[in-house]
Amino acid sequence: MNSLAMRGSLLSLVFLVVMLGLWELATATSGGGGTAELSEYELLMGGAGDEGVARVPPPSAVISHAIAELANPFYDNGPNDKGIGIQLAYSIYRVITGYSMALAVALPLGFVIGMSPLMYKALNPYIQVLRPISPLAWMPLALFIIQDSERSAIFVIFICSIWPMLLNTAFGVANVRQDWINVARTHELGPLRTAVTVILPAAAPTILTGMRISIGIAWLVIVAAEMLVGGTGIGYYVWNEWNNLDLASVIFSILMIGVVGMLLDMALGRAQRLVEFKE
Amino acid sequence: MSKPFLEVDNLAKVFADGQGGELTVFDEVSFALNKGEFVCIIGHSGCGKSTILNVLAGLDEASKGNVIMNGKEVSGPSLERGVVFQNYSLLPWMTALKNIMFGVRARWPGWSREQVRTHSERYLTMVGLDKAMHRKPSQLSGGMRQRVSIARAFATQPELLLLDEPFGALDALTRGVIQDELVKIWSETQQTVFMITHDVDEAILLSDRIFLMSNGPHARIAESVKVNINRPRSRATIFQDPAYHRVRDYLVDFLVNRSGTATPDTQGKPRVVDPTLLPPVSPQRPAEASACEESNTESAARAVNA
Ligand SMILES: Nc1ncnc2c1ncn2[C@@H]1O[C@H](COP(=O)(O)OP(=O)(O)O)[C@@H](O)[C@H]1O
Ligand SMILES: [Mg+2]
Repeated sequence: MNSLAMRGSLLSLVFLVVMLGLWELATATSGGGGTAELSEYELLMGGAGDEGVARVPPPSAVISHAIAELANPFYDNGPNDKGIGIQLAYSIYRVITGYSMALAVALPLGFVIGMSPLMYKALNPYIQVLRPISPLAWMPLALFIIQDSERSAIFVIFICSIWPMLLNTAFGVANVRQDWINVARTHELGPLRTAVTVILPAAAPTILTGMRISIGIAWLVIVAAEMLVGGTGIGYYVWNEWNNLDLASVIFSILMIGVVGMLLDMALGRAQRLVEFKE
Repeated sequence: MSKPFLEVDNLAKVFADGQGGELTVFDEVSFALNKGEFVCIIGHSGCGKSTILNVLAGLDEASKGNVIMNGKEVSGPSLERGVVFQNYSLLPWMTALKNIMFGVRARWPGWSREQVRTHSERYLTMVGLDKAMHRKPSQLSGGMRQRVSIARAFATQPELLLLDEPFGALDALTRGVIQDELVKIWSETQQTVFMITHDVDEAILLSDRIFLMSNGPHARIAESVKVNINRPRSRATIFQDPAYHRVRDYLVDFLVNRSGTATPDTQGKPRVVDPTLLPPVSPQRPAEASACEESNTESAARAVNA
């Protein structure tokens, strides 16, 4: 078992080295390929004039850029020059805020829908219509009504992360084993105590699954939302670096987006294991 | 004579049969339980025993008739009626001890945490689980889970205990041990116990009276059989008592030959029977017929036990 984990890590490392090697090699040869092969797109992007910048940088360039950035992640030299740490912190703050608001709505509402077939019937049509809407489609309306780009981004996170939590809570609550409900009933527990002491722990694994799906979606959406609203955040940062044609920085921030997303997912995964139970 | 502790009057339950019609599972069921009695109910599968028990518990509503306990009509579940379900129904995210504390806290909300814990531990010890109290149900065997479930029910000290085939899923050895524990706790507390079982021997070992239910639809509780065997009874020696065989033969004969046709008396009350006062069920049979009938009866008893 242990040796399997070790061999796995070793193989991962081999893959990494091979991939970086191929990448390095590919960027090196295309660099020697000359300016004759500039595509229309590169021309459009001004590649003809400034060949070195427009090319995909080799991994060595990305790594040295990463080291420089991570050495001082929180510097702040005005609106267009902030460290990657600050940008990520803005994005994480928006995600956590919108996500927490969604949780605060989804949990009680999910309980109501899950416990009352009437409410389920009444609310289900709205959920079914609202759920498939791309969260970014809300952006214009949000900007118009809220009149604030920061809050609009948070609203978009709210609206995109609410559905998995709402539906999973409702599903988890509705499917709590009748036996356990009967235990609560024979002990004369009121509806609130039943909800807290029996239904919540019984439905917790399902609810946490919804929360985990939601945080993933929220992190996907924040990048796009920040590209739209601009100003701060990792999404804005990626777009800004693209406009600066600093591709090493773009690739570096893409990787950071992946790392943070993974950490968020791992945190929820931990929580999920805490509430799981075996029957 | 004073009013009985629990009175069931003219109870009926009608379900939709799934094809637009109605299915009367049982009908005109009337009986009474006295305080401190241990009563088992036996009947073929599907005749409605669990449904009756759920109505007594207040978990299900009867279509007709009513249940009166201590002079008050039963409507909805109550801590005065503890239930032990066939599938244990422990909360799987809690340890054995927490499961019992859950019940005790619900029963006495004013108690301190220490009080709740001490009381709960006492009942776990009573069923021999003091060593396993911090394990979760998934880490316990079926027999241990059922003990926790019984401890939870007794720990809340309900006036009436309802048990739905509590030992059905257990092996014979474990079942015997827990039966002994059940009788021990019951004889100490003098609570009233109403228990469903499929096992004729178990019913005789435990009960003061055994209700016999006829087959559904329109099932009735046809007879109330007195078990005239002195307590304490022991599993090892009870079969030496002639009364044991009289009762057992009577029950098996009912299940095999009469459960389709048996009816209560004219007032709808179960007919009271004391098999020890009756002439034997299968009296001095001619030798040829005896062998064949005996094997019939035996295999039926096994089928009922299974
Ligand atoms: N919710 C229900 N809907 C329809 N029929 C039911 C329902 N519950 C039980 N029944 C029927 O009632 C009958 C009695 O069931 P039950 O009380 O579980 O029997 P027993 O415990 O004696 O085996 C069965 O025929 C069963 O099919
Ligand atoms: Mg049953």
